[in-house]
Amino acid sequence: MKSAVLVFPGINRERDMARTLRLVSGSEPAMVWHAETALPAGTDLVVVPGGFSYGDYLRCGAIAARAPIMDAVRAHAARGGLVLGVCNGFQILCEAGLLPGVLMRNAGLKFICKDVYLRVERSDTPFTRGYNAGQVIRVPVAHGEGNYTADEATIARLEDEGRVAFRYVAPDGDLDPSWNVNGATHAIAGILNEDRNVLGLMPHPENHVEDALGPTDGRGLFVGLTQYFAKAA
Amino acid sequence: MRGTAAVPCCGGAESALSDQSMKARITVTLKSGILDPQGKAIEGALKSLGVAGVASVRQGKVFDIEVEGADRGRAEAALKEAAEKLLANTVIENYRVEVLG
Repeated sequence: MKSAVLVFPGINRERDMARTLRLVSGSEPAMVWHAETALPAGTDLVVVPGGFSYGDYLRCGAIAARAPIMDAVRAHAARGGLVLGVCNGFQILCEAGLLPGVLMRNAGLKFICKDVYLRVERSDTPFTRGYNAGQVIRVPVAHGEGNYTADEATIARLEDEGRVAFRYVAPDGDLDPSWNVNGATHAIAGILNEDRNVLGLMPHPENHVEDALGPTDGRGLFVGLTQYFAKAA
Repeated sequence: MRGTAAVPCCGGAESALSDQSMKARITVTLKSGILDPQGKAIEGALKSLGVAGVASVRQGKVFDIEVEGADRGRAEAALKEAAEKLLANTVIENYRVEVLG
């Protein structure tokens, strides 16, 4: 799996992401500076990592979404290439128009940094094939603006088309407002684009992949991606 | 040391330029129905300060922009582009462009 991790000023989770990609896929990702206009040849997966690009100025992800490299990312997605956005990366993909909707301030106004439980809604995508549909995984979140929302028609479309990839749930997998940490519409933690080759999610699966650090539920996402490309090759 | 007074030619050019610029303001506000937790928090703070008669608060953003040239129509078009492309996220926000002259 040839992956490229985008680097914007103010991003601070790119090295966690690169480490996980290296550990799980066995190959070193390319780090691609935002001012570049092309992705490395043969890139399979583009990852927009978490952090605080441009200090969250204007709106989270707004300025990074207009960076020169994003045209190449749009072209990659249009060709069917895979794009994964985590946390600020999810915000950037929404601002760039690669995913619908927007991430608003957490309903409780506080920055939330803790483990949450996610229900994997479907396993038939390149990103979620390492899990079973309905499986509950434990991964951390670290964000102040993760409250996903969109207009009613968009939410209805996402639901009808099965494009909600992950939801915040109780440990037993039930929907429960008290476990919807940021107040997201329909407890949405992650969504797919129409063609299911772009995924954005607020939680950080890349931080739960090593036994030494405790839970390893995030591993499935990267194992699934690696297997997907190994199969394709 | 990039003094302007010591270089009269450049100082002159700058003031000629500023004669041909217009001041404009873009105001970005949340669409109605969009939850505004920051506005709510400010509303709560105003109420706890005892400011009388505050019914509700919605927070927005103001951009004061200087536009080159004196063509109002062109300035308005450029400002609309700025708002659409970057300053407002039209999924959740409305914007208003004013050329103040």
